[in-house]
Amino acid sequence: MVQFSEEKLNKVKEIIARYPEGKQKSALIPLLHLAQEEFGGWLSPETMDYVASLLQITPIEVYEVATFYSMFNMKPVGKYLFEVCQTGPCMLNGSDQIIDYIKSKLGIGVGETTPDGLFTLKTVECLGACGYAPMMQLGKHYREHLTPEKVDAIIAECRAKAN
Amino acid sequence: MAEEKKLFKVKIDNISVEVEPGTTILNAARQIGGDIVPPAMCYYSKLQGSGGKCRTCLVKVTKGSEADPRPMPKLVASCRTTVMDGMEVANITSPEVQEARKGVVEFLLLNHPLDCPICDQAGECHLQDLGYEHGADGTRYEFKRRTFDQIDIGENIKLHMTRCILCYRCVYTADQLTQRREHGVLGRGEHAEIGTYIQKALDNDFIGNVIDVCPVGALTDRTFRFKNRVWFLKPVDAHRHCDKCCGKTVLWMRGDEIFRVTARKDKYGEVEEFICDTCRFHTKDVKDWTIEGPRKIDRHSVISQGHYVGTVKPKETITDVLEGRQPRLLMDIHSVSEVNRPGIELSKIDGPAHSDDFKKDA
Amino acid sequence: MGRKLLLDKAHIENIRYYSTYRANGGYAAAEKVLKSMSPEQVVEEVKKSGLRGRGGAGFPTGMKWSFLAKPEGVPRYLVCNADESEPGTFKDRYLMEFLPHLLIEGLLISSFALGSNHTYIYIRGEYAWIPDILEQAIAEAKQNGWLGKNIQGTGFDLEIYVQRGAGAYICGEETALIESLEGKRGNPRIKPPFPAVKGLWQSPTVVNNVETLAAVVPIINIGGEEYAKYGIGKSTGTKLISACGNINKPGVYEIEMNISVEEFLYSDEYCGGIANGKRLKACIPGGSSVPILPANLLLKTAKGESRMMTYESLNDGGFASGSMMGSGGFIVLDEDQCVVRHTLSLARFYHHESCGQCSPCREGTGWMKRVLHNIENGKGKMSDIDLLWDIQRKIEGNTICPLGDAAAWPVAAAIRHFRDEFEWHVLNPEECVKRNYGLAHYADPLPLATAAV
Repeated sequence: MVQFSEEKLNKVKEIIARYPEGKQKSALIPLLHLAQEEFGGWLSPETMDYVASLLQITPIEVYEVATFYSMFNMKPVGKYLFEVCQTGPCMLNGSDQIIDYIKSKLGIGVGETTPDGLFTLKTVECLGACGYAPMMQLGKHYREHLTPEKVDAIIAECRAKAN
Repeated sequence: MAEEKKLFKVKIDNISVEVEPGTTILNAARQIGGDIVPPAMCYYSKLQGSGGKCRTCLVKVTKGSEADPRPMPKLVASCRTTVMDGMEVANITSPEVQEARKGVVEFLLLNHPLDCPICDQAGECHLQDLGYEHGADGTRYEFKRRTFDQIDIGENIKLHMTRCILCYRCVYTADQLTQRREHGVLGRGEHAEIGTYIQKALDNDFIGNVIDVCPVGALTDRTFRFKNRVWFLKPVDAHRHCDKCCGKTVLWMRGDEIFRVTARKDKYGEVEEFICDTCRFHTKDVKDWTIEGPRKIDRHSVISQGHYVGTVKPKETITDVLEGRQPRLLMDIHSVSEVNRPGIELSKIDGPAHSDDFKKDA
Repeated sequence: MGRKLLLDKAHIENIRYYSTYRANGGYAAAEKVLKSMSPEQVVEEVKKSGLRGRGGAGFPTGMKWSFLAKPEGVPRYLVCNADESEPGTFKDRYLMEFLPHLLIEGLLISSFALGSNHTYIYIRGEYAWIPDILEQAIAEAKQNGWLGKNIQGTGFDLEIYVQRGAGAYICGEETALIESLEGKRGNPRIKPPFPAVKGLWQSPTVVNNVETLAAVVPIINIGGEEYAKYGIGKSTGTKLISACGNINKPGVYEIEMNISVEEFLYSDEYCGGIANGKRLKACIPGGSSVPILPANLLLKTAKGESRMMTYESLNDGGFASGSMMGSGGFIVLDEDQCVVRHTLSLARFYHHESCGQCSPCREGTGWMKRVLHNIENGKGKMSDIDLLWDIQRKIEGNTICPLGDAAAWPVAAAIRHFRDEFEWHVLNPEECVKRNYGLAHYADPLPLATAAV
C-alpha cells in the first residue's frame, strides 16, 4: 500500500502551507519528489494516484506533470541511478568515453538496469556542472571530473553500501 | 444614456474593418471573411484558452497601432493577439507570412501519416485542406515517422495518436465540458501524446465532442468507423428533444439509414453548439429525429459532390435511356476480385454497394 | 585584479553561515533599505545602476520592476529564477552554494521594493542538495529577524520558499517557470499578458535570475550611480562568467565588464588559456543558445577592434559576425574538437528539452538533430546543409517562446562560420568518422599558447 508515514505527512502539510489557499496544486512537484524517494525510486500509477488524492486533484493532472519532467522515473530503476551528462561542454571533455566505460564495466546499455537490480545507466542533458566535466548525478549529489578510475571507485562504493 | 462603444479600426491585407476592443486579429479577419482569414488548427472560439500552439495563423503586424505605429518584430499568432486601434496586418499580402506558414505546414505534416485513404476524417480534415492550400508538394523528411498504437478510449471513441497534431482542443473540451477530465497531454516534446496514461475509458455525457473538435483523424467515432466515406453521405440538419443538450445536430445519412450524428459546424469547422453522447452515438433511428432539411455544405468541399437536392436514382435514369431494359454489367467484377461475394448480383443492389450488402446472406 | 562586487567575500571561510556573513558586512544593504529607503527609492537605485538581467536576455532590471502592475488588494510576487540549465552555465549554482545569504539579502531587498510578501526560489531539480543550503540560510535569516513578520520593526512581512523543479530546461523561461510553480507542465504561456500583469496565480509577478537579485545588494551598498561606473557603457557592473570546455582553468569568474575577451581567455587570472597547449578553434561566449564564433571573430570584431566582455561588444556584428553575452556560459573548443559533433550535441539537447507545445519547435528540433546526426556520421548529403539552414530559419521567430530561437541559432551560426567543415563531412564520409577536421582558415590568430597578459 502506498502511504506516507506520519512524519512525511507532516512534511506534506508543511509544503502545501507554502502556497495560498486553494493553490495546493503547486505542491505537486515537491510531493512527487517526496513520493519518488519514498516509494522505490519511481512513480507507479498507484503512487501518482495517491499524490492526486493528497492534493485533491484528478489523477490525469498528476500523470501530465510526472511525464513532463525528466527527473521522474516512470519505470522502476536500479538502486543506484547513474545519470551521466552528455551535452556539449561535457562532451568536449570526454563524456562519451565515460559513458562507454560505464557501459562496458556494468555490461548494460543506456536505459538498462543490471540483472542484480543495483545499477541503472541513464544519459541526461546538461546538469549545470560544465566546468567540472565529465560528470554524473548519483542520488542527491554530483560526481564530477570523472575518469575511468573514479567510475571504478564509485561502482565499488555503491556495491559496498548495498552489501 | 448608454455610452457609445468605441470601435477599433483595423486593416487586414488592406481591407478595413471596425471591431470591438479585445477582438483578436483572427476574429477581425473572420469578420471580413474570404481568403484573408488565416487558417487555424488549434484555435477554437468556443474553447477558452485554446490557440497559439500550431502557429498556422501567424501574421505580420506591419503597424502596431495609431498611437504606436512601430511594426511588431516577429510574426504573431493572430488567434491570440488582440487588435489595437489603427493596427495594420498583412496575411496573404506578406510573402514572409506565406513562407513561414509553409514551414509550419511542413512541420505539422512531418510525422503525420499519409493514411488519408483509410482515415475517417478524410474529406473533412483541416490538415488535408491546410496541406492542399499552403503546403509544398512533397516532404523533405527522410526519417522514420513517429508512430503510436491505436487505442480505444471507451466504447465510442478511437484514439489514433499517430495522426494527432497536439492542438490541445480535446483537452480543453474535456476540461470545459465535463466535470472531470480523464485524458491529457503526456510526455514532452516530440514524445508528447494525448492519453489517459493507464488505459481508461473516457466516460462522460459530453466527451464525444472531442471527435468534433479534433481537426484531424486522431479522434474518431467508433460507431461510424470505416462505415462510409463522408462524401458518400448526405448531411441533413435535424433536431430532437434532448434533456442533456440542445439536440440540434447533423445526421449523415444514406437513404433512411443514419450513419453518424455530429454537431452542426460553421464554415471554420467549429461546432455551433456542443451535443451530448446520447444524441451522437445512440440515436441513430431516423424516427427519433425531426429532419429540417439539407445541410448547406461549401461547394468547394468534397462532401458537396454527393450532396444535391432532388437526385434521380441512376437506376430509373438508365432504364429510361435503355427503353425499359435492365442495365448489365460490362465486366463481371467477380472474375477479377474475390473480395466480393460472387453470389451477389451487384446490379440488384439499390444504390452504391455497401459492406452490409455483402454481409447479408444472399 | 579586477574589482569584484559579488564574489569579493566568497573566499572567506564559513561565509555560507549567517554569523560570518553578517560579521563581514552582510545584511548592511538590507538594513539600509529597511531603515532609510522607500520601495520606490530602491527601484530608482536599481534603475540608476543600469543593471541588466543576468539570466540571458539582458533586459534592464529597473525597467522590468517598474512594469509591475500594482492593483489594490491583489498580492504581488517575486520569483527567483534558479533553474539554471543553459549548457555552459553554472554560475548561479556557485552563488547559491557558497553565498546563500547574499541571495537571501538580495531577495529581501527586492521583495521589499516590489511589495512581495511571499517570494519563491525556483531551483532546478537536479541541484538537489542546494535547497538544503538555502533553507538553512532562510532559517538563520529568520532567527535573526530578517524574514518573517514585521521585519526589523518596519511592518514588512516576507516569507521565502524554495521550490525544486524536476528536470526541464524550458522552466528557465519565465512563464514556463510560473506554470511549473503552479504545479503544471512547463509549457510557456502565450504572451501577452506578461507576468508583470498576470503571472503566478494570475497575480502580478516579477521573475529575476539569481545573479540579478544578488547584484541588488552591492547596488544598495555602493549606490546605483557608483555601480554604473563599473563596466563600459550600458554594460554596467560585474558579471559572473562560467567558463568551461577546453581551457586550463574552468570555473566561475566575476569580471568587471571592461576586460577584453582575449584577456579573459588567456590571462592566468581567468581561464588561463587553452588546455594542453592547443590552439583555440571556436567559442560560444554566452551559453549554448548564442551563436558560436570562430577564433578570428572571437577576439576581434569584424571591424578589427578588440572584442570586449560586454553585452554590446559581444554582440558587435550582429548574427553575421557577432554573438551574445547571454547567460555568461563561456564554452571553449580547442583545435581538436569537431564543430559538427558539438552542434549535434546541442541540437540533441534542444530536441530533448522542447516542451512540444508548438509545432515548429516540437517537430523542427528533432528534424535538425537527425539531419546533423547523418552529417556527423558520414551519411549526409550536400543538400542537407541547406536543408538545415532552411529548417532553423523556419523555427526561428515562429515559436511561442525563445526556445525555438535558442535551438535555431547554434545551428545557424555553425553553418555560417563552419560551412567548410560540414561540407568536408559530406565529401569525406569515411574519414569524418575517424578524425576531426581541425582548424582550417579560421585558425587561432594568436601564436601557440602565448598568454595575452
